[in-house]
Amino acid sequence: MAVVKADLQACQGYANCVIGADDVFDIDDDGVVVVLKAEIPEPDRRRVEDAARTCPVSALVIADDGAGE
Amino acid sequence: MSRPTTVIVGASIGGVRAAQALRAEGYDGEVVLVGDETALPYDKPPLSKAFLAGKATAADITLLDEEQAAAAGVRLELGNGATGLDLAARKVELADGSRLSFDDLVLATGARARPSPWGGRSGVHVVRTAADALALREDLRRGGPLVIVGAGFVGAEIAATATALGIAEVTLVDPVAVPLSRVLNPAVAERFGALHAERGVTTRFGVGVTGIDSGGVRLTDGTRLDAATVVVGIGAVPNDEWLRGSGLTIDDGVVCDRFSRASEDVHALGDVARWFHPRHGRLVRAEHWTNAVEQAACVAHNIVHPGTPRAHAPVEYVWSDQYDWKIQLAGRTGGELAHVLVPGPDPARAFAVLYADRGGGFAGAVVVNWPRASLIARRALAATAALDTVQADIEALTAKEERV
Repeated sequence: MAVVKADLQACQGYANCVIGADDVFDIDDDGVVVVLKAEIPEPDRRRVEDAARTCPVSALVIADDGAGE
Repeated sequence: MSRPTTVIVGASIGGVRAAQALRAEGYDGEVVLVGDETALPYDKPPLSKAFLAGKATAADITLLDEEQAAAAGVRLELGNGATGLDLAARKVELADGSRLSFDDLVLATGARARPSPWGGRSGVHVVRTAADALALREDLRRGGPLVIVGAGFVGAEIAATATALGIAEVTLVDPVAVPLSRVLNPAVAERFGALHAERGVTTRFGVGVTGIDSGGVRLTDGTRLDAATVVVGIGAVPNDEWLRGSGLTIDDGVVCDRFSRASEDVHALGDVARWFHPRHGRLVRAEHWTNAVEQAACVAHNIVHPGTPRAHAPVEYVWSDQYDWKIQLAGRTGGELAHVLVPGPDPARAFAVLYADRGGGFAGAVVVNWPRASLIARRALAATAALDTVQADIEALTAKEERV
């Protein structure tokens, strides 16, 4: 299992992540990312990592569950 | 059998994302990332904003450091740009005279700033590389006056950044009477132009430049603007000259099919690629960050799965941050299209302009300070929708917020 970590301060509301994986990401009325599903099953991981890589301000990280930081 | 090798030429966002996407796709060959600059690969949008202002460091904008490259199994060949391509021998020639063999080749050399046609002098800048931005930052330390020629997104962002840095006299010059009127209808373009004046920037629109000399900028109406520093932001040209004579079709970029293939096993992406866009039915070249990233993912897929290639058919998306305005454009926008303005929750600051094609279909949107409206527009563009449906969905956002 992988987990999604979002930097809410860095997020600028570009919403590329929502276009890439709208089952995991949304944005709120202030244009800040909302993580709909923090735990990512392994089969979905690559798709969610692809979506995270489209963030223009690198606000999203997909990390191994239990990993430090 | 040795492992296959993919050589990626160009170490900006498109090249870096292609390398990462290859690994994500499970590519187990060698990946070599070639760049002409010695600096580690870095991201360009901050060059006219946080990096220019000195708020973001080189480390902050680095896309791939040595450690990350090693972890991803990407060999960096930096400060040694490509100078030629031998298609028959499947080799790329580098500046130091060496030749790199490839099985697959990715062309991601981007675009460079269109140079000043009025000659250069000390204090005349373009902004395309980190070195450019550092040189401009250094000159801005001396204060104004600053004259920016070209009121496109880069020029407008630099005006906003310079104002925030406290440069007293900033003038934005553009030969077009209403800048951005090619991509925006005039009423909206005028609103964007007015934003500069509201923030203390002098605008001289509809006036051309005849020359730049040691003390300033001469305009077609005979006036002269004093300038300690001048920025020329008049577009970009694709870095495709090195491929002339290679056998690839070069015509305002590297011409590619819908799969971003310039030839068998040669792919192009980002600013340098002009590919057949299936949605538009014609060749398109896009100088947008998001396009480079999406095309990189598509190219990586097509290298790893050549039997089931994916066409690159993105919904265009570009943003610009100017002053406290966040501007997002999606799809097709422009003065020749019918349009409707939807006021946002704070109509003075937030609004969406929706554009329709001839049949009433939703074609694109310009959204200011309203990311949720932009997101609705992008989703609708991916799915194909009627303008009035999209309008109702966006209007429902404010109705919802008013209820709260």
